[in-house]
Amino acid sequence: MTSARDKQGRPIVVVTGMGVITSLGAGKADNWAKLTAGESGIRRITRFANEGLKTTIAGAVDFIPVEPFCSTELGERMATMVAEEAIAEAGIGRKADFPGPLFLAVAPVEIEWPHRETLAAASGANDTVGYDDLLRACATGRFGAVHERCLFGSVGEHLADRFGTKGSPISVSTACASGATAIQLAVEAIRRGETACALCVGTDGSVNPEALIRFSLLSALSTANDPPQAASKPFSKNRDGFVMAEGAAALVLESLEAATARGAKILGVLRGCGEKADSFHRTRSSPDGKPIICTIQNAIADAGLAPDDIDYINPHGTGTPENDKMEYLAVSSVFGERARSLPLSSNKSMIGHTLSAAGTVESVFTLLTLQHQRLPPTINYKVPDPAIPLDVVPNVARDAKVRHALSNSFGFGGQNVSLVMSREPA
Amino acid sequence: MADAPREAWITGIGIVSCLGEGADAHWQALSDRRLVVDAETYAPYFMHPIAPLDLDKQIPKKGDQRQMEAWQRIGTYAAGLALADAGVKGNTELLSRMDMIVAAAGGERDVSVDANILTNKAKAAKPDAYLNERLMSDLRPTLFLAQLSNLLAGNISIVHGVTGSSRTFMGEELAGVDAVRIALARIAAGQSELALVGGSHNGEREDLLVLYGSGGHMLRDAYRPVWERTAAPGMVLGSLGAFLVLEGSGHAQARGAKPLARLSRVLSERSRRPAGAVTAALARMWQGTGASSAAAGTAVISGATGSEPATREERAWLAALPGVPVRATGSLLGHGFEPQFAMNIALGTLALGREKLFPGLDSSGVEQAYEGPLEQVVVTGVGHWRGEGMALVEKVK
Repeated sequence: MTSARDKQGRPIVVVTGMGVITSLGAGKADNWAKLTAGESGIRRITRFANEGLKTTIAGAVDFIPVEPFCSTELGERMATMVAEEAIAEAGIGRKADFPGPLFLAVAPVEIEWPHRETLAAASGANDTVGYDDLLRACATGRFGAVHERCLFGSVGEHLADRFGTKGSPISVSTACASGATAIQLAVEAIRRGETACALCVGTDGSVNPEALIRFSLLSALSTANDPPQAASKPFSKNRDGFVMAEGAAALVLESLEAATARGAKILGVLRGCGEKADSFHRTRSSPDGKPIICTIQNAIADAGLAPDDIDYINPHGTGTPENDKMEYLAVSSVFGERARSLPLSSNKSMIGHTLSAAGTVESVFTLLTLQHQRLPPTINYKVPDPAIPLDVVPNVARDAKVRHALSNSFGFGGQNVSLVMSREPA
Repeated sequence: MADAPREAWITGIGIVSCLGEGADAHWQALSDRRLVVDAETYAPYFMHPIAPLDLDKQIPKKGDQRQMEAWQRIGTYAAGLALADAGVKGNTELLSRMDMIVAAAGGERDVSVDANILTNKAKAAKPDAYLNERLMSDLRPTLFLAQLSNLLAGNISIVHGVTGSSRTFMGEELAGVDAVRIALARIAAGQSELALVGGSHNGEREDLLVLYGSGGHMLRDAYRPVWERTAAPGMVLGSLGAFLVLEGSGHAQARGAKPLARLSRVLSERSRRPAGAVTAALARMWQGTGASSAAAGTAVISGATGSEPATREERAWLAALPGVPVRATGSLLGHGFEPQFAMNIALGTLALGREKLFPGLDSSGVEQAYEGPLEQVVVTGVGHWRGEGMALVEKVK
């Protein structure tokens, strides 16, 4: 069956199920309606006290109650919901018996303040509390649940238990490129012929005081707190940082051969993946943009396409002064004169930056863009940056013919991943 | 794909631990059964501190050293040793297309900041505002980058220039197994020619004692080798950096690199761990490697943690392999979670290169003296909570 393989003789990888949650809501239908209506999910933080913070806004997913709040717990709840949505759409396997491996992009797990305070209270220490007191509380044997919850592998293990995925769950972190890396790993596994299908999930529920303060101390966050909906301004001249956000997304990937054989509806094609690490700096891109340029070129080449074949870009587009400048440099280098007219719109203007989940969430939105042939806008685009002359699909969605789309994800630590998605397998 | 799987060679190893740095220091210390364990700092718990490292040798810029916490320095140092051992250090052309998979957890917390907040938050007029205020003023901005899981890989890119690809796997012991498994699978399938894989762990961390201690997994009061902890089980935190350079045999030959060993198979499993599951998984994976207890020259290097019930289930599997010598390196190195598997593959590679096995450290009867030849080493990696892995490392003839 030659048509089930690409030009390089590898199995073609298609998408047969998708699920998504963002601050806009749960599910593809709700998200797509709001995304194309230009709605923002950014709001004042109500989950914890705002006093003393420079940034008081986020795209938090508050409609899934987690009490007491735990970021990893919220991440796992969202991951479960989006995986259920994706698997139901794909109609693959049986209940609790997904016939392939799990690739999970998840925020690094840690003991959180509520855990620490529970242990401190249980230690009975009156005056000063130290780690020796926490250890004394641990020794009572009453806190086994803290151990399991705070292991890095716990979210993946719990998802594997629930959905019956096969083999080791792979939990990946490439910072803000994690979601794209999870998809890339799954594509590679299917191309190796190791599996006919895979479940890719990205999830991040990181809006807690310490996580917000960490990004704040790196001056990465927007401080344009009023009104919250206007804070995320990718590619605008007055952009001042990203807005932290939560969300999750899942994709069922299959070889075209397997999907066709079981009569599955094909929602799109995961056609190419590109990667190139940057050795310049922990948080900044190489000033010449070469690693990002190479990442985009690698993805387009891996897809067996040329830059002229790309009809739309779903950029990383965080709204930090640095990212958007460097991403423009890369896009203009790869696409040349066409960069000015090639539509590119940042979902993050509406949903904020979903961090570890971003690559997965934005892949789902890119596939919905291909499916609906409609470009979601970049909202809050009021003050164009003359140094970034791009068609950002300003403020209002529009219809367009899109055969092939590029999605970029860049992260701290020199992580760069680009994915190419297509409407049709041919 | 139709192509026959390509053979993968180990062409470099880089290891650091409480026993020192590099192949010779480890071989000597293992041969001497040198025990370096700190029973004082976190008493009644134990810890194996990292041996003193001359960081300038592998991380020449002081600015880079300052940007890292200990776990990143240990890992970046070990990665440099591995690259040098493989003869690729400084070779920009090779490093720019070298693939990297790192198995990592997160970095250390600032325990004095934590203790101060825990002491004073409840007494504050507005406890939540107090938390914000203290974190905003007491956290060093760069601490976050020292804590992020993927920033060990990031530092290796910056310091050593490995930039072909960069992926970080999380999830304790199994992350370390799967990092090696997927690096091998990519080489076997022709998706990669040259890879750096491994991880690091700093055991000098009270916050990790809290994490693993909350699950009742830490050894306390009296130090014993891992197989002798049945009555009072638990782990001892180790400080390890371990990286392997894996390479397609054709690629290695083309650049004149010699194989230290062949990485023939890596397998992993998972389950909810009903009783007997670990024993059964190890038996299945042993079958999967094609290793044979009847063949002369097969040894097991075990990643047993000393925590239960995983350790006794691994012992039950070993009991079914009479005559196969066993060494649990955790008795001398401690348990390092993510890098443990790569470390044991590296130690197995050393033993194959020296054509003999190092002595055991066990009076329970699991580890028997062995003076015979060595042709293949089976490495086990059983997670203290979940996940089981196994590798087959063989002499290249």
